[in-house]
Amino acid sequence: MLRQSLAAVRLLLLMTVLLGVAYPAVITLVARLDAPAADGSLVTVDGHVVGSALLGQAAAGPEWFQPRPSVSDYAGDTSGGSNLSPNSQAQADARAKREADLKAANPDAVGPIPEDALTASASGLEPYISVAYATWQIPRVAAARGVDRSVLERLVADCTDHALLGYIGQDGVNVTRLNAALAGLPKG
Amino acid sequence: MPLWLSAALSIVTVVAILAAIHVPLGGWIHRVYTSPKHLRIERAIYRLVGVDPDTEQRWQTYAISLVSFSIVSILALWGLLVAQRLLPWSQGRSMHVDTALNTAVSFVTNTNWQSYAGESGTGYLVQAAGLAVQNFLSAAVGLAVAVAVVRGLARERTDRIGNFWVDLTRGVIRILLPLAVVGAILLVVCGVIQNVTDPYTVTTITGGTQVIQGGPVASQEAIKELGTNGGGFFNANSAHPFENPSGLTNLIEIVFLLAIASALPRTYGLLVGDRRQGRAMAITMAILGVGAMVLLTVVELHWGTMEGKEQRFGVAWSAIFGSATTGTSTGAVNSLHESFSPLGGGLLLLNMMLGELSPGGVGTGLYSMITMIVITVFLAGLMVGRTPELLGKTIGRQEITLAALSLVVTPALTLLGAGISLVLPVATASMSTSGPHGLSEMLYAFTSAANNNGSAFAGLSADTPYLNLVLATAMLLGRFVPILLLVRLAGRLGEQQRRPETAGTMPTHTASFVGLLVAVILIVAALTYFPSLALGPVAEALS
Repeated sequence: MLRQSLAAVRLLLLMTVLLGVAYPAVITLVARLDAPAADGSLVTVDGHVVGSALLGQAAAGPEWFQPRPSVSDYAGDTSGGSNLSPNSQAQADARAKREADLKAANPDAVGPIPEDALTASASGLEPYISVAYATWQIPRVAAARGVDRSVLERLVADCTDHALLGYIGQDGVNVTRLNAALAGLPKG
Repeated sequence: MPLWLSAALSIVTVVAILAAIHVPLGGWIHRVYTSPKHLRIERAIYRLVGVDPDTEQRWQTYAISLVSFSIVSILALWGLLVAQRLLPWSQGRSMHVDTALNTAVSFVTNTNWQSYAGESGTGYLVQAAGLAVQNFLSAAVGLAVAVAVVRGLARERTDRIGNFWVDLTRGVIRILLPLAVVGAILLVVCGVIQNVTDPYTVTTITGGTQVIQGGPVASQEAIKELGTNGGGFFNANSAHPFENPSGLTNLIEIVFLLAIASALPRTYGLLVGDRRQGRAMAITMAILGVGAMVLLTVVELHWGTMEGKEQRFGVAWSAIFGSATTGTSTGAVNSLHESFSPLGGGLLLLNMMLGELSPGGVGTGLYSMITMIVITVFLAGLMVGRTPELLGKTIGRQEITLAALSLVVTPALTLLGAGISLVLPVATASMSTSGPHGLSEMLYAFTSAANNNGSAFAGLSADTPYLNLVLATAMLLGRFVPILLLVRLAGRLGEQQRRPETAGTMPTHTASFVGLLVAVILIVAALTYFPSLALGPVAEALS
């Protein structure tokens, strides 16, 4: 048992050097070849880093497109969701509150509120909303900014990532890129 | 595209990719464990470790090597996690002593249950040099056990079942490391982060602030899936956009976590010199695995919501990931299992309760399936009144006792652990809700720990001394008791002389045997777990 344990200690040390130091170091160096991706697909406005295209951001105010509800309010140093059962009273209450708030803030919106607007994401950092939810928000954003709806429709289309082959994943509008594009618009 | 069509195409895509790599990957793994040659780097490792790679071990020595290595691994990782606050590259993160013990046991047993949040509990040093190292090693231990058990079946009149150090080293050097390197680079290209930048705060587009995380994520993500480990770099695991940014990375991660386990039946067939045996096992795994995937996807498309799911994946790809992660021993999640519909959550539980053999964890799926084959052969032998045999080896009193004991360990741990905890205030205080959903939460925790899965109904506040210690015990016993019983079984089977096949021998490669095997697996799980499922998910679905 002692002989085996000594062998175990030595093998663990060797494997730690190989798998715990050399392997991540090599991958980190190789990843420099695609530094923008390895660093988190950062988004800049006027030369300043304002976030990551992979992370949603809190965006209060009617002039911005709203991301999905987030339990952590997009803090970035915590991630996770509500863990509520869809059948629970707490979840029913949360949905009802979101629905009432959205209706109040979007008097001109057309059609029912899309499902992804009423439910919190798993990560709390989801950058995507459905095309339906982006479209649903256009009247509010257009009114708040005084821009033509067609301008926003074009921006939404530009910021839509389509599912690979139409079914691997889902179509989504990247709200972080969309709001960054709005920030770059000439002030109306 | 209609929802049902895209969901059907999604499942077909996953199955087709796995079918395409089944033969080459299974054949490659077979060559790895049968090749008489050692690579130069392997020779260097054996010399430094001080073992003779050309001497095979008896089952006792194999077991002692395995247990020694695992104990040393747990103690070293525990020490590293506790010492973290004193070490560089740790981003000021730390863990309680009991959390660290739970985490060390969790990663060494290939469970990767996490009662800490990655963003606050573990810095880059322990993620890379502690946790990711065990992602490789615990998977390689699983492979080693599987191969040793198959050697016992394949060989005759020998007391040698292989050399643990060689099996472990080859699994790492020739299988897991090359796949992980390719996988990690692929993930970076698809947007998973890989850097050593400390988290920093930016001013957001609208003038707020947000922390941007960093870390060696892709290198850890690749082996986390390939080794069926599942421990997330971040709290949100594979739902976090930095771990799993798109529909494509989601597909890649699903394929990674299923790849090795679903190729191992091919390796099994080649090792026992009868590819039909491997094919029958692969078909059994496919019936159970694809069946569970289809069922869960249908249930979630019908009753599920987008609560706890990501827009870029949607309901169907969340269900497929959930089914894959519970049918293997992975436990990574791309959606919140606790927010699945009650029936959907129940199916995730049931998938783990089947014993994680559809296709199961790396190595663990293969040896769990061999256990069920031994049980099935024995039951069939009883039914027709013949001596039960598997590949010419008699399944006698000792053999069936070992197999049956390894089968009851996990249910005993799950049901006793969850049952006792549900009446202890120290445990129930951790539950986020009461009633049937609360029961499911506790049942899920013990099912996940005892089966070495690692996923959770994450509303449970598991970072308490009681749950950390009790769940660590369940993980330890759920991992090592079956392993020791099966290594003992391998020793006994290897000593037997193979009996010639006769007209009375029941074949174990036919469609009728596959049907019987599937039925036995389902009936054993149903008889064991139906009452607990009825009180939890079923009661919630009906209320």
